Amino acid sequence: MNTPLLSIQGLTKAYPGVVANDDVSFDIAEGEVHALLGENGAGKSTLVKMIYGLVKPDSGTMTWQGNAFAPAEPRAARGSGVAMVFQHFSLFDALNVAENVALGMENPPPMRDLAKRIKDVSENYGLPLDPDRTVGDLSAGERQRVEIIRCLLQDPKLLIMDEPTSVLTPQEVEILFQTLRKLKSEGTSILYISHKLEEIRTLCDHATILRLGKNVGECVPAQTSARDMAEMMVGDTLQTPTRTAQDGGEVVLQVDDLSAASGNPFGTSLKNISFSVSAGEILGLGGVAGNGQDELLAALSGELLTAATAVTIRGDAVGNLGPNQRRGIGTLAAPEERLGHAAAPNMSLVENALLTGAIRQDLTKKGFVNWKGATEFADQIISEFDVRTPGSDRAARALSGGNLQKFVIGREVLQDPEVLIVNQPTWGVDAAAAAAIRQSLMDLAAKGAAIVVISQDLDELMEISDRFGALNEGRLSELRPTSGLTIDEIGLMMGGSHGMHVAGEETVEQEASA
Amino acid sequence: MDLSAISPTLLIASLMVAATPLLLAAIGELVVEKAGVLNLGVEGMMIVGAVCGFAVSVETGSPYLGILAAMAGGAILSMLFAFLTQFALANQVASGLALTLFGLGLSALMGQSYVGVKPPVMGKVDIPVLSDLPFVGHILFGHDIVLYMGLGLTAAVWAVLKYTRAGLVLRAVGENHEAAHALGYHVVRVRILAILFGGACAGLGGAYISLIRVPQWTEGMTAGIGWIALALVVFASWKPWRVLLGAYLFGGINVLQLNLQAAGIAIPVEYLAMSPYLITIIVLVILSADKSAAPASLGRPFHASN
Amino acid sequence: MIQLEKRPQPSRFWSLFTPVIAVIVTMIAGGLLFAALGKNPIEAIRTIFYDPLFGEFSFYYRPQLLVKGGPLILIAIGLSLGFRAGIWNIGAEGQYILGAICGAAVGLAFYPTESVFIFPLMILAGLLGGMLWSMIPALLKVKFGTNEILVSLMLVYVAEQLLASMSLGLLRNPDGHGFPGSRNFQDYPSGHNTEILAGTGLHWGVAAAFIAVTFAYILLNKHILGFNIRLTGEAPRAARFGGVNPTRLTILCMGISGALAGLAGLFEVSGPSGQISIDFNVGYGFTAIIVAFLGRLHPIGILLAGLLMALTYIGGEIAQANLGLPAAAIQVFQGMLLFFLLALDLLSNFRIRLAVKGAA
Repeated sequence: MNTPLLSIQGLTKAYPGVVANDDVSFDIAEGEVHALLGENGAGKSTLVKMIYGLVKPDSGTMTWQGNAFAPAEPRAARGSGVAMVFQHFSLFDALNVAENVALGMENPPPMRDLAKRIKDVSENYGLPLDPDRTVGDLSAGERQRVEIIRCLLQDPKLLIMDEPTSVLTPQEVEILFQTLRKLKSEGTSILYISHKLEEIRTLCDHATILRLGKNVGECVPAQTSARDMAEMMVGDTLQTPTRTAQDGGEVVLQVDDLSAASGNPFGTSLKNISFSVSAGEILGLGGVAGNGQDELLAALSGELLTAATAVTIRGDAVGNLGPNQRRGIGTLAAPEERLGHAAAPNMSLVENALLTGAIRQDLTKKGFVNWKGATEFADQIISEFDVRTPGSDRAARALSGGNLQKFVIGREVLQDPEVLIVNQPTWGVDAAAAAAIRQSLMDLAAKGAAIVVISQDLDELMEISDRFGALNEGRLSELRPTSGLTIDEIGLMMGGSHGMHVAGEETVEQEASA
Repeated sequence: MDLSAISPTLLIASLMVAATPLLLAAIGELVVEKAGVLNLGVEGMMIVGAVCGFAVSVETGSPYLGILAAMAGGAILSMLFAFLTQFALANQVASGLALTLFGLGLSALMGQSYVGVKPPVMGKVDIPVLSDLPFVGHILFGHDIVLYMGLGLTAAVWAVLKYTRAGLVLRAVGENHEAAHALGYHVVRVRILAILFGGACAGLGGAYISLIRVPQWTEGMTAGIGWIALALVVFASWKPWRVLLGAYLFGGINVLQLNLQAAGIAIPVEYLAMSPYLITIIVLVILSADKSAAPASLGRPFHASN
Repeated sequence: MIQLEKRPQPSRFWSLFTPVIAVIVTMIAGGLLFAALGKNPIEAIRTIFYDPLFGEFSFYYRPQLLVKGGPLILIAIGLSLGFRAGIWNIGAEGQYILGAICGAAVGLAFYPTESVFIFPLMILAGLLGGMLWSMIPALLKVKFGTNEILVSLMLVYVAEQLLASMSLGLLRNPDGHGFPGSRNFQDYPSGHNTEILAGTGLHWGVAAAFIAVTFAYILLNKHILGFNIRLTGEAPRAARFGGVNPTRLTILCMGISGALAGLAGLFEVSGPSGQISIDFNVGYGFTAIIVAFLGRLHPIGILLAGLLMALTYIGGEIAQANLGLPAAAIQVFQGMLLFFLLALDLLSNFRIRLAVKGAA
């Protein structure tokens, strides 16, 4: 056990304008669960891509069981025993499970044998999967199983998992951890990447903390408080948003038996959703990705038209009105995907300000654009929301994720909405920007707006929302006041464990159900 | 008007001949599109194949060398497209159009001295007994070798896509190029190979027109067959056997309208001549409801930035 | 090893200068082509690019620049709006033919009545003819999701057959002794597209092209509709979020491009060409695609690109007459120009770096 499985010495990788990894060193022992902890943009992804052979380091060395290790491509890394579960799945929607698994293997057996092995391994690790199903029809949790099984079939020595729990319910997370512990007991090392501190404290033996590409500390998570780890990660003491609860304003947004087919072939249809939001209230909607979040936002923003009475604003039926008509009556939205949906990547911030601001900011006259007004609006967003950019003439794609998100949220908040719907407002955003965004949403509610926050970050929803509900397969759970909700209750609202079961306990469960 | 002059056996046999250039070009384009690339230059590659095949056949006296030259010509032209879209990351629609416009000009330039020349004749595959069978023998046997190559190619493409690792990788690249890249597959390399294959097939299809179907060289003689081949891939929902079916359907329509023209039916020639194009449009409309079969990365540029 | 690195935002400098470089590179490659054909490359390039403007007979060729550039610019402006929005109308040639047929048919229906209302009516008919022809792919696209590239292209072949049928049948000159082709509008003052200023080549179609350039410039830069067109091309999902109705936009862009192509056809058939004949169309509808891209889909750029392309047509004809350069060589030359332009486009979105392979 003296020679580490993988030893990383002084890895450095620079991209134009940013040093993604600066002299990073650490060791992973055999059978160890090693955490790589850091905020968005800290350089975690680049580091694992170097281990997996997708990116070549500028300098520094790696050794694998004492031998020099420099994989030229993922194939070489896989050959050595490295396997990786990606954060954004590397799956092919139109292909079936077995084909997807075969693509991740060096020498896959013939399809029929492979299907059998998939069944065996998935049963063994408590991750049931049908090899013949089309991946596009699977839920997010099932898709992750495909990736994990793809890795397990290669008997990896090192399993890299990049933010694996962001697509799981709390119950599913618990089952995943059981699987990972079983792997560890079999001698597999795991490199576990996350920014969720509690997970790391329960699962990991050792943690390396990255900040702005640098290795800023190491710790044994079980012996370190979450707060200490957070401060190492952020490098600052965090400001937690403050919220003064509102009570009992009049109902502004009413959704009544909303059903709508998704525009996307692999999307989720909305089924009989009903809820209402009052002035000054923040409604938090959780749920695993791909359970109808995009579709709900589209139905509320006007991109997806429904029966007129399915959505009412202050008593007016608006379900059949388009986005601009809804903006006219004060209903604004900020979608999840920043580049390409909330903003046009190649267009300037001025043009992107015009994109949703034309109506309420009165930026057109007889169809002619008031560019001066649009520029002023963009500059106002930039200054009031602390968007770091050399100027409003910059293209949206030139901004970092956090800055663009501040711009997108700021653009809607500054238009004084009566109703605001946001999806994943702080996804991929660093902690300081996330705190600022959450604060702005709470300030807006305090001014009397009705707000719907759709998010997969449960901590965020617990922090800012008054009531909580969860989307599961296009349906909405009952809504409960946030205060006093336990993590188990939340998990059940999100759909429980979606048919997963704990590794090795299958027989027990079968007996119980018999 | 004398419809009885239209013989069903001859009609079916000539249908197979008329369908072959379409089939060849479409099966090549199917592979290209399965890899996630939309090459609208089929028409240009076909006509360049047609002139290359014709010129080399006339110069060497060997139609087989001509066939090889046509495939090479189509493939070389497709390399231009591959360079533009895979290295220079140019818009695929614009690049494909450029290829067609360039190919039409280039072929006219290359073919100037071949107008009115007769090419050497390609022998028919004569299988004793089988070719002599009544009706069936005349329809199915005794065609030229390229026609059978087209059928063989269809079967091969179907089998490779469905059963082999190479086919799986090709489909994966066309379905989600980011994921394929993340798994370590060479997206650009796979696509270039697919584009070259498509170019060679289109070139072969073009040469079939100039060497066997017509056989002579005239400017712009492909007359939109390359575009119909593109429509055929959509029609076939990216499935090889349906490409075959579609090619025979269009071949049939074309042969029928030519026969009707010859039979002197009371419809003006121009209206008969526009029928294949109109029918293509109608078929596209009927089938365009189902887009789910299209490769998900079709037409999207790929650049492996970090 | 050469590496491409995506620029944070498109380079203004390169997007302005790549067309210029593309022209220069095409001249070099074209020179090599002409040399391969046994012509003196320098002389050929000079004949094509210099002689029409400053040569001995430039008094004759200069007006031709407008005559040939007018339809190219008019069509390309229309196409550029669609291309910007990601709507690919490739069938301008067909819409051009239909505009010519409809416009000419209206004019010929009044023959030999003389009235000032006839030419405006012909213009209207040409515009509607091209627009209706473009509405076929547009409506099929929005109703059934049919690919507009293929449909608009198929309709070019249909239009060519229709043209043949018209010039041999319905529109054939009854006094033409059985020859194919319609009456000549030069002999019918009310229906003739005359030069506005004699000897300049400036006919009504050229005036229409200039108006279209101005109109497109204002639309794209000052009006919300132009913004929506650009937005749809850049990010279709963001456009829908921004309240753009994709159906309406598709109909609009296809309609404008069809109408302008139809106008170009009418002005051509009633002016420079003079009559409906089987082959009165010379591929302006396809060359206009090159013009649109060469002009970077920008109105001013298209104006310049249209004139340049007209120059290659005129110069090509001179080279054909004087040097025996084949007509197809000019077509190849134009195709090459588009190739080089597309390849060099890379420079505006990417930086090219010569990277020394690291030790790792």
